Amino acid sequence: MSRITRRRALGASAGALAGLAVAGVARAAGPSATPAPRATAAERASFDEVYQGRRIQGAPSHHGGHHDHGSGYQVHIDGKELHVMRNADGTWISVVNHYETFATPLAVARAAVAELQGAALVPLALA
Amino acid sequence: MTVRKNQANLTATEKKRFVDALLELKRSGRYDTFVTTHNAFIMSDTDNGERVGHRSPSFLPWHRRFLIQFEQALQSVDASVALPYWDWAADRTAASSLWADDFLGGTGRSRDGRVMTGPFASDAGRWPITVRVDGRSYLRRDLGAGGRQLPTRAEVDSVLAMSTYDTAPWNSASDGFRNHLEGWRGVNLHNRVHVWVGGQMATGVSPNDPVFWLHHAYIDKLWTDWQARHPNSPYLPAAGTADVVDLHDTMRPWNDVTPADMLDHIPHYTYDTAA
Repeated sequence: MSRITRRRALGASAGALAGLAVAGVARAAGPSATPAPRATAAERASFDEVYQGRRIQGAPSHHGGHHDHGSGYQVHIDGKELHVMRNADGTWISVVNHYETFATPLAVARAAVAELQGAALVPLALA
Repeated sequence: MTVRKNQANLTATEKKRFVDALLELKRSGRYDTFVTTHNAFIMSDTDNGERVGHRSPSFLPWHRRFLIQFEQALQSVDASVALPYWDWAADRTAASSLWADDFLGGTGRSRDGRVMTGPFASDAGRWPITVRVDGRSYLRRDLGAGGRQLPTRAEVDSVLAMSTYDTAPWNSASDGFRNHLEGWRGVNLHNRVHVWVGGQMATGVSPNDPVFWLHHAYIDKLWTDWQARHPNSPYLPAAGTADVVDLHDTMRPWNDVTPADMLDHIPHYTYDTAA
């Protein structure tokens, strides 16, 4: 868990409080410029399995968690939320694989387990 | 005047001063504010919502401003320091001097990815990973894991040849120079380098690895190189685009700088070579 205080995270070098607050949470979603492709069956499907000794779960989320950013889907590893994001082409990334795309939420969850090498996810305070 | 140099040409003294300035920013807590800012944007920039730092036209001016701010922080510690750039199309193996003990240190050990050499190794005690997405507090890398390859010069040139800056829908699905440089489409330049390094560089908290700055300094230079090849190709979009930073819109988190303000790097720094 980051031990950075809000003041420090937003201090002299980090820019305006308003900017980060807006970046972090609770923005009104603007009009969608690009209709995303229809979710495939694999995306709509929930999963719940043990992969490399970790319990991974995924499910559509209709009322949205803190971090689903409109992806409409939430993933958990051992009960801790993995921040995931859906790309315009229907592929997925997560906060631990943020520059590499995966075909489904299940694939991105499994990739995260491999990347974590047993480490626990921690919630990340954005500011 | 700040002159950004190819990391391969730095003197031993230049490397040491750069490393020492990084360690001092880390010690004072200022370094981690940059990690926090980057992660906030990477988690909130979405293809169908507001997008500023990534997957959008402002990817390049946003990172240019971010690097200038970071470089100024380094210079507040040591005025002689400038950000070096890493031409990964040329220095493309873990044997590069970039990864030597006197600079960034090498790849991680196989057991847990932990970097064991150089100034940022956890055993040296001066580079705690505090802004993190999992419990691990040590710098990790897995250079070239799984036989991955860095982009080639020919691949870079193929992207520099694209004459249109960016195209609708102005996100990860776009055609054009920006998205091919960012890597969501096509041969994949910027994203692929993050993945090649591995460890924290592959995550939302990628600035935890100091190579982040050298990678982005080179991406920034490629933007300059592209401008030189396409002097009549403007930043796009020009105006009126929902969720996207147009040419004269201000960019969060600063709210006082626009892409137009960032098109010319010369007022801020120059390079060791002509574009």
